[in-house]
Amino acid sequence: MEAFGLLLHGFTVLLTWKTLAVMMVGLVLGIFVGVLPGLGGPNGVAILLPLTFTMDPTSAIVMLSCIYWGALFGGAITSILFNIPGEAWSVATTFDGYPMAQQGKAPEALTAAFTSSFIGSLAAVLLITFLAPGIAAFALQFGPPEFFAVYLLTFCSFVGLGREDKHKTIISMTLGLLLAGIGMDTVSGTLRMTFGWNELLRGINFLVAVIGLFGISEILLTMEERLALRGHTASISLGVVLRVWKDLPRYWVTLLRSSAIGCWLGITPGGAIAASFMGYNLAKRFSKDKESFGKGRIEGVFAPETAAHASGTSALLPMLALGIPGSGTAAILLGGLMVWGLNPGPLLFVEHKDFVWGLIASMYLGNVVGLALVLTTVPIFAAVLRVPLAAIAPMIVVSCAIGAYAIQNAIFDIWLMLLFGVVGYVFKKIGIPLAPFTLALVLGSRAEDAFRLAMIGAGGDLRVFWSNGLVGSITTLALILLFWPLLGPLFERAARLWRLPRGSRAA
Amino acid sequence: MATPDAEIIVDDPTAPADNSPPVLLTRTVDVITSLLLLGLAALFCFDNWRTGIAWETDGPQPGYFPFYLGVILAGASLYGLANCLLTRTSPAHIFLTRDQLRRVLQVFVPTLLFCLLTQWLGLYVASFLLIAGFMRLIGRIALWKSLLTAFLFAIVMFVTFDVAFDVIMPKGPLEAAFGY
Repeated sequence: MEAFGLLLHGFTVLLTWKTLAVMMVGLVLGIFVGVLPGLGGPNGVAILLPLTFTMDPTSAIVMLSCIYWGALFGGAITSILFNIPGEAWSVATTFDGYPMAQQGKAPEALTAAFTSSFIGSLAAVLLITFLAPGIAAFALQFGPPEFFAVYLLTFCSFVGLGREDKHKTIISMTLGLLLAGIGMDTVSGTLRMTFGWNELLRGINFLVAVIGLFGISEILLTMEERLALRGHTASISLGVVLRVWKDLPRYWVTLLRSSAIGCWLGITPGGAIAASFMGYNLAKRFSKDKESFGKGRIEGVFAPETAAHASGTSALLPMLALGIPGSGTAAILLGGLMVWGLNPGPLLFVEHKDFVWGLIASMYLGNVVGLALVLTTVPIFAAVLRVPLAAIAPMIVVSCAIGAYAIQNAIFDIWLMLLFGVVGYVFKKIGIPLAPFTLALVLGSRAEDAFRLAMIGAGGDLRVFWSNGLVGSITTLALILLFWPLLGPLFERAARLWRLPRGSRAA
Repeated sequence: MATPDAEIIVDDPTAPADNSPPVLLTRTVDVITSLLLLGLAALFCFDNWRTGIAWETDGPQPGYFPFYLGVILAGASLYGLANCLLTRTSPAHIFLTRDQLRRVLQVFVPTLLFCLLTQWLGLYVASFLLIAGFMRLIGRIALWKSLLTAFLFAIVMFVTFDVAFDVIMPKGPLEAAFGY
């Protein structure tokens, strides 16, 4: 139980007044961001990132991850009370949460949502605690070919498993990789794609792009919709909480199933949204009383919330262990790591024990504190929605600009942010997914370095990616995933041909 | 016990009407985006070709990796373009209606002005003007509330970033007058 001892050490790192204060601030800001329409996890984390620039890495990551937990909790408030999903993964929560609120059972629905979020996150954090160190230790043996193969696997699984049009995912990804290559080439020192423009020498900063893509574009998108809303506020009493918790054991199958789905989908890229819908649909399919779903059934709140949070949290596992983020928000946290001078990847577990275990401990503590906080403060946060958007929108724009400028102290970056805001707006409206772009931009140069180092090591022989069992199977798996949309139907046809003779005999 | 508290109602008097005439179709935007991406891909490919895309004895030249990414980007954009032009979707999907365009410009134009003003007046003064102006002119919120909110926000930001966290923002003549 080495992990357990290290975790305890993590708690001791964490239990200082300063860190706890930072945690509370992060949670409150996060819930606030989650409740506001047009802002959510990734935007909130991206905009508030500059606050952490002068902190030490541990406080900084605790604050950012708490903003993330807070945003996850906050999304449920608007879904249930106002039928407005603050996040795409909260959509499934509205199916039964809003009807419950209409029937006057808003406190129960909210308690159920918060509790199941907590359970989902806890399942994922347990997974991280016991799995991540092992994966990281294993990954320490990786050389450049293995790392490139893992990057390839990440990119390919986006293309093969994503729900968007394949060519749009590819556009988004290659564009991200290309923009990551702008500036000084890290291997040879040559300038690339700068076109003699001095401002481009630094390259395109990942965080600047993210603030534009998620922050500014989201404001544009929010404004163009009808903003009227109507709902009840609700306060949660201890009696309600205890009543919901007493019934909790009855739903253990749903909770367990949703946690498992969430953890799995969170580790593979592109998860939380799919996880919440899958959790909901499976709960409905296996229920004896399918008809009552969608009419205010508490199980319909448990299932998607557990899955969404399990997935949102477990997305941090590949980020910590391998340096590969499992979600947009994880990618931004990864960007943060690099700003604080930490090199994400398996070495993190060896070189920065305090940091890693402090972060993991903060996941436990942040979720407990967050649960207590949201249960007691729902009415205050619901009232945030009364503030007119005309006041909030310009403040968000200013926060975005501060964030973009602070990263490199460059006015040029504010303009870049605006450009990415427009790009993000157009991309979202024509269905080009932003997550592959974000991931490509943050991983681009490291993927390229790994490729070139592997090539230099092998004297330019592409067979290095099949040179041993490990790298060979990862590369092959990546290629299978990439061509899965083509291979999948082929397999089905083969399976049908196989079954046909037996079927015809039976007939 | 469960106590349904006060109702929260937020109205949106200037909301875009559902029957507002379309200005842009999604197809048009799709085609324009594909063409732009194609152009960008060509530009990147050319630059990388100039840098060198061949193999040296020990590995690829600096332009190799991005060059082929550019080729893939061009291919995917071409596919998207062909897809748009060859398949007819009916009914046409609307990208923006006139009302929506008006609302988007209401945020975009002030943001653009804010970025411009930041260069000369510094971020804090520009943000005061943006927030006060936006609340007053677009949100039609009472003048004193707009001015007060904007002033407080700018002050809080200044204290948080420049004073407490030492994150230095661009400044203009006003801050200079106060000695910052």
